[in-house]
Amino acid sequence: MLEITEGSHAVAEAVRLCRPQVVSAYPITPQTHIVEALADFVANGTLDAEYITVENEFSALSACVGASAAGSRTYSATTSQGLALMFEVCFNAAGMRLPIVMSIANRAMGAPLSIWNDMQDSISLRDAGWLQFYAEDNQEATDLHYIAYRVSEDPRVLLPSFVCFDGFILSHTYEPVDMLKQEDVDKYLPKFSPPERLDAADPVSFGMYATPEYYHEFRYEHDRALKGAKDVIAQAGKEFAALFGRDYSAMVEGYQLDDAETVIVAMGSLCGTIKDAIDEMRADGKKVGLLRIRVFRPFPSKEVAKALTGAKCIAVLDKNISLGAKGATALEVKDALYGSTTPVLNYILGLGGRDVRKKDIREIVALAEKGQGEGFYGLRTEVL
Amino acid sequence: MALAVGCRARPGKSRDNKTGTWRVFKPLFDHEKCSKCGMCQTLCPEGCVHEDAEGTFIPDYAYCKGCGICAEECPKEAIEMKLEEK
Repeated sequence: MLEITEGSHAVAEAVRLCRPQVVSAYPITPQTHIVEALADFVANGTLDAEYITVENEFSALSACVGASAAGSRTYSATTSQGLALMFEVCFNAAGMRLPIVMSIANRAMGAPLSIWNDMQDSISLRDAGWLQFYAEDNQEATDLHYIAYRVSEDPRVLLPSFVCFDGFILSHTYEPVDMLKQEDVDKYLPKFSPPERLDAADPVSFGMYATPEYYHEFRYEHDRALKGAKDVIAQAGKEFAALFGRDYSAMVEGYQLDDAETVIVAMGSLCGTIKDAIDEMRADGKKVGLLRIRVFRPFPSKEVAKALTGAKCIAVLDKNISLGAKGATALEVKDALYGSTTPVLNYILGLGGRDVRKKDIREIVALAEKGQGEGFYGLRTEVL
Repeated sequence: MALAVGCRARPGKSRDNKTGTWRVFKPLFDHEKCSKCGMCQTLCPEGCVHEDAEGTFIPDYAYCKGCGICAEECPKEAIEMKLEEK
């Protein structure tokens, strides 16, 4: 049933329907409304979960690690500096192969302090071994939670997931969202049944010491499981589509790609603006398309290379930057296209909440077609 | 040791970690010089020097990290630390 709901509340409701048994989080803007809503659900008895209040994000995710190892479906949410404080725990959760699902209301990293949106927080954790999903709108932000639990808990995967959506732009925006029914979610998402769990009667330790003779192979297996998640995402996406009609089985989404000469590659809510700009450019006879990356980890290199085969010019838009190098998406796209002669230009934009308008997209397309303007887009003139 | 998902382990599995691979210097015991005083066994921080039925002290190279305490303390200088090529 369609409901007009704030993004954060839609996500909280989707999480409630996933029946997490343990929720542990620390409030931080712009994630706060999600965890406030979940606290309400637990207090009102509409969510039968243990809500563990903690002193900071390090403890929040640590509590999830313990609860997940004990066999509970666990949930957390954070953003920006909160995610940075979880850095160590993120690697442990993934290395212990604990299928925690965590929402990231994407926000810029300080300093300078910013509460506004870009993707630097979760992108900076791209090497932590978690799956990373990026939503374009609130419908997708909610749906990706059901899918994330399904994929994370699959015995072939057993890895945690970030479900990322742009802070404020999605988290604080009211949109119509089709909320699922509990009995339907229960059909899609069976109870979490881990292969092993902490049990005093049958002791087991997680994340034990690995000598140099074995550590290398643990990393290999972790990488293999993460790459193998592609097939599980495809399967989980197809089943979701069969039940609910929305198809997330592909790791990438094409928009006006078939005959596109200039292709924009981007992630997240920015893609909504890009699609509108493309509609206008198409009306003017320009053959422009969009390749949206929904799953950043595992990175869909083959799918990206295939989708970009016909392009004459590629503009990769990044709301993040690996300082001293390029935007993270551009680095991946260039790697996927290695050996191709198609020019790939990288534009860094929308950092720290800077608005990106349709006119910016048109300007970037014009620049890319001339092979110009790579790097930071739309800088204030006083720094030039 | 087959890899367990997430490096999970049942109790007692630390025996599988053969810490002898950390060793740079290997203690070589000269049983001719040895007076069988047992200092090497008493002082070994890894507890990996064992006494056999004849009262001879033998290091367990699977776990010996090559710290050299036994060689330092041996009153008969019967233990030589030798650089180990692997």
